[in-house]
Amino acid sequence: MRLRQGQFSFLPDLTDDDIRAQAQYAIDQGWAVSVEYTDDPHPRNTYWEMWGHPMFDNPDAAAVVFEVNECRKEHGGKYIRVIAFDSTAGWESIRMSFIVNRPADEPGFRVVRQEGEGRIVRYTIESYAVREPEGRRYA
Amino acid sequence: MTDATPHSDTAPGQDQDRPTTVDLAAAFEESGVREVLAELDDTLIGLAPVKARIRETAALLLVDQARRRMGLATETPTLHMSFTGNPGTGKTTVALRMADLLHRLGYVRKGHLVTVTRDDLVGQYIGHTAPKTKEVLKKAMGGVLFIDEAYYLYRPENERDYGQEAIEILLQVMENNRDDLVVILAGYADRMDRFFESNPGFRSRIAHHIEFPDYDDAELLHISETMLGAQNYHFDAGARSAMADYISRRRAQPHFANARSIRNALDRARLRQANRLFKEATGPLDAEALSTITEADLRASRVFRGGLDVDKRLHQAAE
Repeated sequence: MRLRQGQFSFLPDLTDDDIRAQAQYAIDQGWAVSVEYTDDPHPRNTYWEMWGHPMFDNPDAAAVVFEVNECRKEHGGKYIRVIAFDSTAGWESIRMSFIVNRPADEPGFRVVRQEGEGRIVRYTIESYAVREPEGRRYA
Repeated sequence: MTDATPHSDTAPGQDQDRPTTVDLAAAFEESGVREVLAELDDTLIGLAPVKARIRETAALLLVDQARRRMGLATETPTLHMSFTGNPGTGKTTVALRMADLLHRLGYVRKGHLVTVTRDDLVGQYIGHTAPKTKEVLKKAMGGVLFIDEAYYLYRPENERDYGQEAIEILLQVMENNRDDLVVILAGYADRMDRFFESNPGFRSRIAHHIEFPDYDDAELLHISETMLGAQNYHFDAGARSAMADYISRRRAQPHFANARSIRNALDRARLRQANRLFKEATGPLDAEALSTITEADLRASRVFRGGLDVDKRLHQAAE
């Protein structure tokens, strides 16, 4: 099951040129672009691992593509995303986030049912991937 | 991720929009290269061989651009350069113009110049160098990275020196990210030669070696007048001959740094002029008096007295 999170996730995978164009847009807006990776695809997993520092003072997006490719060398079997942080007052938040790398095989999520008092059933989802310990997910 | 590249230039569908002929003169006009070259001619005095080389490089890039449009060329040409010459011969200034030129021709996307020395690339402890060098390289992407006194990167006397690590990363990025940045190495001619000898990887990756000659005395005099003119000052007749005299004497003394020495001399002359006006002025001064450098302002220089401790002072000024 293909993970749909962030921008462009219903489009085909972004090429390096697409990534460059999107990151350049973020840089031109004055946002700090950074690269993050994770092997826990749960939608509530907000804080992914940082790959290096946010790039505050790089005027060209080639640096972002360079870092994405460096990150792919190390974590090619995991999810990698590019995010752009807007520091202006009132926003102080992530303005863009898109996945640029995903595992070859995405097993998807299962529904977990928990029976409570009475006949209450609580539902949640769990990624099949996280049944394996960290580092062994996605082979 | 990277296998599907529908936007690539080699897509078969694009063959029919390729032009069959190319008008180089029009391309020359359109790209704005003419302005850069004209500005180069106007603002830089002397440096004839350098200007000739830049013209040649611009022609090569224009032709390459035309070939690319017709689908004849596919590889990005190697644009890394080395500028060799004595201090004060205009290497940094030309690097700025070069960044502008490459930007107008579309070989770098942003056209900014990042100037660094050894300190900016090499770290102080193990594991510090690689991130530091990569930071600088990332900052320079889309523009030109200018490494001043590049030979300091390589210290043969210390085999554990971290400079070697910076050199390796630099070489790797120069090779793999040729589309993203252009590296210009600069320094004194003899030490650069030794640097290239001990790092053959650099020599083979650098296509353009440009040598900056020393300025001759007439050119330096012209430069000094241009520098003053830019600040709305001028020499009187006596000062002009004093300046010519100053230049020939200064050249014979140690630590002569071409145009930079001239700039320092003019700064000190302005200081003396201000002092003189302050002491001598009895009534209101007109613009003429405020902007004239006289012979006395220049003759007071220590250079005319053998320049004994000028060395030390210049050294401090340079630092």
